[in-house]
Amino acid sequence: MAQIPIPQKPQVETTSPKGDASIKKKRRRFTWDDLELTLLSLPTVAWFIAFCYIPLFGIVFAFKNYKYKPGTGFIYSLFVHSKWVGLKNFKFLFRSPDIYNIFRNTIGYNLIFILIGVTLPVALAIMITQLRSRKLAKVCQTAVFLPHFLSWVVISYFVYAFLSTDKGLINNIIVATGGDRIMWYQNKSYWPFILVFINTWKTFGYSMVVYMATITGIDRSLYESAVIDGATKWQQCKGITLPMLRPIISIMFILNVGHIFSTDFGLFYQVPRDSNSLIDVTQTLDVYVHKALLQSNNYNYSSAVSLLQNTLGCILLIAANLVVKRIDPESGLF
Amino acid sequence: MPAITKKTTPRPTGDGLSRYNQLKPLTDFTFSVLFILLALLTFLPLLFVFIISLSSEATIAQHGYSFFPKELSLDSYAYLWQSKDYIGRSFINSIGITIAGTLLGLVLTSTLGYTLSRPNYRLKRLYTVMILVPMFFSGGLVARYMVNTQIYGLKNTYLALILPGACSTFYVIIMRTFFQTTVPDSIIESGKIDGASQFRIFTQLVLPISLPVIATIGLFFTFNYWNAWYGAMLYLDSNHRELYPLQYVLISIERNISFMARNEEYFSEEIIATLPTETMRMAIVMVVVLPIACSYPFFQRYFVGGLTIGAVKG
Repeated sequence: MAQIPIPQKPQVETTSPKGDASIKKKRRRFTWDDLELTLLSLPTVAWFIAFCYIPLFGIVFAFKNYKYKPGTGFIYSLFVHSKWVGLKNFKFLFRSPDIYNIFRNTIGYNLIFILIGVTLPVALAIMITQLRSRKLAKVCQTAVFLPHFLSWVVISYFVYAFLSTDKGLINNIIVATGGDRIMWYQNKSYWPFILVFINTWKTFGYSMVVYMATITGIDRSLYESAVIDGATKWQQCKGITLPMLRPIISIMFILNVGHIFSTDFGLFYQVPRDSNSLIDVTQTLDVYVHKALLQSNNYNYSSAVSLLQNTLGCILLIAANLVVKRIDPESGLF
Repeated sequence: MPAITKKTTPRPTGDGLSRYNQLKPLTDFTFSVLFILLALLTFLPLLFVFIISLSSEATIAQHGYSFFPKELSLDSYAYLWQSKDYIGRSFINSIGITIAGTLLGLVLTSTLGYTLSRPNYRLKRLYTVMILVPMFFSGGLVARYMVNTQIYGLKNTYLALILPGACSTFYVIIMRTFFQTTVPDSIIESGKIDGASQFRIFTQLVLPISLPVIATIGLFFTFNYWNAWYGAMLYLDSNHRELYPLQYVLISIERNISFMARNEEYFSEEIIATLPTETMRMAIVMVVVLPIACSYPFFQRYFVGGLTIGAVKG
């Protein structure tokens, strides 16, 4: 039971950073209340330590030549038994001809995804909020939200139903119109387009709904005064809707740029069915890390790539945030 | 130009002006057609797979997949029912993992969310840093895999599919923001005056009035766990089929089929005949998807709501 009275600052509705700062001026003791809260959150803190912080030590994999010594534990094998090799893992990595392909795929696909992911959903969100029939808008919004809730495994089966060489719908149509069957899963020239299409198909509904939520939150009176001034729809869109959407667009942009080195493993591994003939256009960093770990048990390369990916991503995320903040101080993520 | 048509009926909530600010009929029609096409584009693949699962084997063998099969049959679902040792077991696995994971996830995110929402909490700053760092940096796949299997011994356990995904910074922030903005401080104060511990205040005063955020995060977790397959791929071996969730059953069937197709000479006709047929595989897909497809229209507003709460910076 809390017997000790706790000095409380009268709270205003939101806690502003300024409020925190004035409390912090006098360093308080650790009260009974703090102890109770600490106990309450202990399981979660334990989770963060166990699953986010302890694995951080695994970074040493990238600088070691991991050898398991039978009869000893994993920790002994890694830290004591395995030799330090410095940057050798990274050097080998950059000697392999694949790595350039992998980086090209990762960055290339992500740039296209960002470009489409920022423009298309915003345009569609503005359009759908303008529809006269609210009912139609609601139904369409619900329908396009569906792919967000499906896993890549399920989607890979959907894709297979269309692209299967002997039974797929597309080949059936090609044959029916007198063409030759296409070996979709063997022919890599189609896959950049297929992957971009599928990714757009899965994600545009969700992003559209995010932007819609912002648009419906815009103060109606802005539009009303615009109408009185004789503004057209296009002018309203340029003068009101887009500026109001700018913060959320920048946040989505930062998040996406920060993740430019990571890709959706399911999209690049499950959907092409891990087909070897497609590897030139489907192998991204995440696919490489996964395959190096599970198929060739190459812990060192795999973790060197992971570390590289993480470091670059972290730098980019901070840089992107700085850039967005410079353009618009209100819109940064942190 | 605002189009003024005689037929325009004022919206129920409408104010006088909104009727002067509508799309021109032709533009409205074009947009409507576009969105109907988009809706079909997202929805038809699901319908297509459903139709395949209801087609008869013979039709598929002869004509391939088609939106209009010559012959319908429920055989695939009957077969699924017969193989319930395997499919039924993984169905139960999926449900169990989803329920356990969601409950654990809610406990973990709500307690830390509440703690962070207390303005005077002594370790607030430390905790905030603690949950933000993993957003920027992680040990990577190898480290995660090795620590989980070698130190925690999670290989081939249900826990491997539940624990690693049971908490996330994003959900904790959503919880914290909700508690901060929606739970009145006076309620917590009154609890303190009555001498209640923080644990009692949290469970008996705060949680009952926080159902919207609990529902939102609960749904996030439910859909995540139901759709999860990567954990199973990492942590389950092929000789632990009894642990497979449904999503992973789909992956392993696909793998076995392509493996056998590559090494046809080593497998007898009999073994190949025991593989799930095309329609059965699509039937399993439907078992995975139908619960989602039937329920998400009712829940989607929570997803939108959760997103907008999460967008509040902090």
